[in-house]
Amino acid sequence: MPPISRRTAIKAFGATLGAAAFARALAPLSNYQEGMSAEEFIQNHYKELSDEDMLKVLKRLEAETLKEYGAEVSIKDVKPMDGVQFGYALNLSVCIGCRKCAEACHKENNHDRATNNSYIRVMEMKQGSMDLEHGRAIYEDAVPEPGKYYMPVQCQQCDNPPCVHVCPVEATWKEKDGIVVVDYNWCIGCRYCEAACPYHARRFNWARPEIPAEEVNPVQAYLANRIRPQGVVEKCHFCLHRTREGRLPACLEACPTGARVFGNLLDPNSEIRWVLANKRVFVLKEELGTHPRFFYYFDE
Amino acid sequence: MSDTQHAVSYPRFLLHSFIAATDGSRAFYAWMTFLTALMLVGANAWAHQVVEGMALTGMTDHVSWGLYIANFTFLVGLAAGAVMMVIPAYLYDDHEMHDVVIIGELLAVAALVMCLGFVLADLGRPDRFWHMIPGLGRLNWPISMLTWDMIVLNGYLLINAHIAGYLLYTRFLGKKPNPRWYLPFVFLSIAWAVSIHTVTAFLYSGLGGRPFWNTAILAPRFLASAFVSGPAFVIVTLQIIRKLSDFKFGNGPIMTLLKVMRVTVLLNLFLLAAELFTIFYTGGSHVAAAQYLFFGLHGKSGLVPWIWTAIALNTIAAVMLLAPRAKTHMTWLNVACVITFVGVWIEKGMGLIIPGFIPSTLHEIVEYSPSLVEWKIMVGLWALGLMIYTVLLKIAIPILTDQVKVDTK
Repeated sequence: MPPISRRTAIKAFGATLGAAAFARALAPLSNYQEGMSAEEFIQNHYKELSDEDMLKVLKRLEAETLKEYGAEVSIKDVKPMDGVQFGYALNLSVCIGCRKCAEACHKENNHDRATNNSYIRVMEMKQGSMDLEHGRAIYEDAVPEPGKYYMPVQCQQCDNPPCVHVCPVEATWKEKDGIVVVDYNWCIGCRYCEAACPYHARRFNWARPEIPAEEVNPVQAYLANRIRPQGVVEKCHFCLHRTREGRLPACLEACPTGARVFGNLLDPNSEIRWVLANKRVFVLKEELGTHPRFFYYFDE
Repeated sequence: MSDTQHAVSYPRFLLHSFIAATDGSRAFYAWMTFLTALMLVGANAWAHQVVEGMALTGMTDHVSWGLYIANFTFLVGLAAGAVMMVIPAYLYDDHEMHDVVIIGELLAVAALVMCLGFVLADLGRPDRFWHMIPGLGRLNWPISMLTWDMIVLNGYLLINAHIAGYLLYTRFLGKKPNPRWYLPFVFLSIAWAVSIHTVTAFLYSGLGGRPFWNTAILAPRFLASAFVSGPAFVIVTLQIIRKLSDFKFGNGPIMTLLKVMRVTVLLNLFLLAAELFTIFYTGGSHVAAAQYLFFGLHGKSGLVPWIWTAIALNTIAAVMLLAPRAKTHMTWLNVACVITFVGVWIEKGMGLIIPGFIPSTLHEIVEYSPSLVEWKIMVGLWALGLMIYTVLLKIAIPILTDQVKVDTK
């Protein structure tokens, strides 16, 4: 065997140095790994979890919330009810743009406090125009302002949802009661759904949400308001942890003017059915064929 | 040759490749060290982004794709553009091009690795990448265009790696390659090259809620610009190889690529003009994004200097490429190619992705500019791509010039 030349020795030294430098450059990743359990890493898609698996996952998530946020919470997996198709309607004649709905959504859904996130964006619109280009989402003056009307926009729970079509890993889908949900433990964070949504209804967790323990809403569900992991997309889920148990969405309860109507579209005696039958109703961006289950109407 | 002989000669081929890739002049070591340093910067920035979250980028819920996806889109074009050497070499039996076609195929390999790198850099949860692997995860195929893109990009990577690897190995053995083992793949790669950029265009043009992208000529526009930027990069590469290595060849391939560029550079500008006519002449709400891009909207004008730079560069490049001097003065041609490359990088990068998000779907105008972390990761990934390309060329050139053969040692 020939002796190792000086050149080879220098090369080997260089290669070792390079490898060490890369290990050092990537060192921050070890913090990331520490915060993640093996069970979380290999967890299956929501639809592939057995009842037993789900119980284990829920226990783990509760323990993680206690550890990371110091909050005692109860997380359930609330399933859709049979014979129910949820729909939402909003009376633009009475909405005053106070954004109590957005605030309630923020608290109910354990959103990040610093970004003041919410699933609802209230547009201040010019009277006489339905063109969103003549609206604005950020306004600080007293409401309602003369010459303006207000249009809260949240997930339209489309029957033909573009966000669901584009997701490469089926991390988001439409449930049988019409609610479009996200498996926060399956989403890879590509944000294609955010690009596809015509209603700006999806939000990405650009960083880990921060919430003081005493402000955490402890009533949580897997597909609903549990604190989302960093790096995944989330959205309005019609407060399914409430509505699937017969209660009303937090935004509706918070509305001071009664502009919001929520209910079962399959129930002929429901208020929402009365609105759809008796009011002039429209949906946003109807021309896109997304078939929203969120309806707007005027009184006159 | 029997299988047992391959069992001996293939490891030898790999060993020789490894030696060729790690041995070279001082300039070579300096170049590789420089690229490694840039990759280190990128790797460290990425590690921080993964741990602290994508809040470290300049992106928001309003502009949810940025510099990474802009580079990804451009690089798919670069990979597809390499086919402009394959078509003359194999379809038109251009012998001179045939001698150097592998330089294009290796470029496709390097560009595709960079594409996949940019996609990975853009993921909020790179640890869940396995959810996209068929069998292990849940691939939303055939509905999601992103799954199609994954399949065609990886497929194109495999096809090109196979063709280049097979041809180099047989050359190393001193044998004539068996057309059965590569010609079908060559013809497949031509169609496949078109498909990678078409599918990438469909990623955007299929979104009804984004009028700036929702146009049927997006795929043709992507292909036109790919067939400008790919040849531009290859022409400069060929000149560098000719100068720095023992691989000597005539002007033939460069002239063929110039002919291609003289058509595509104009076609690219024409398709852009056709798009702009529809947008601006029709007006209405669809004009807002283009208005923002070219002239600014409601006082916001972040992309205006970018796009006018791109338009100017592409126009200057067209004039320079069409000038008779382009055929005789190689420096003139190289400058034209660099100008083209930068022009397309802006136009099919930031100039295409960002206006898709501005104004947002609720017509809010939230601007975007990349953060330092994004620039670092971008530079790191480009350095990775250039390193892969350098290594592949270092392996290929001694074999193509018959300096390395199976029985030399």
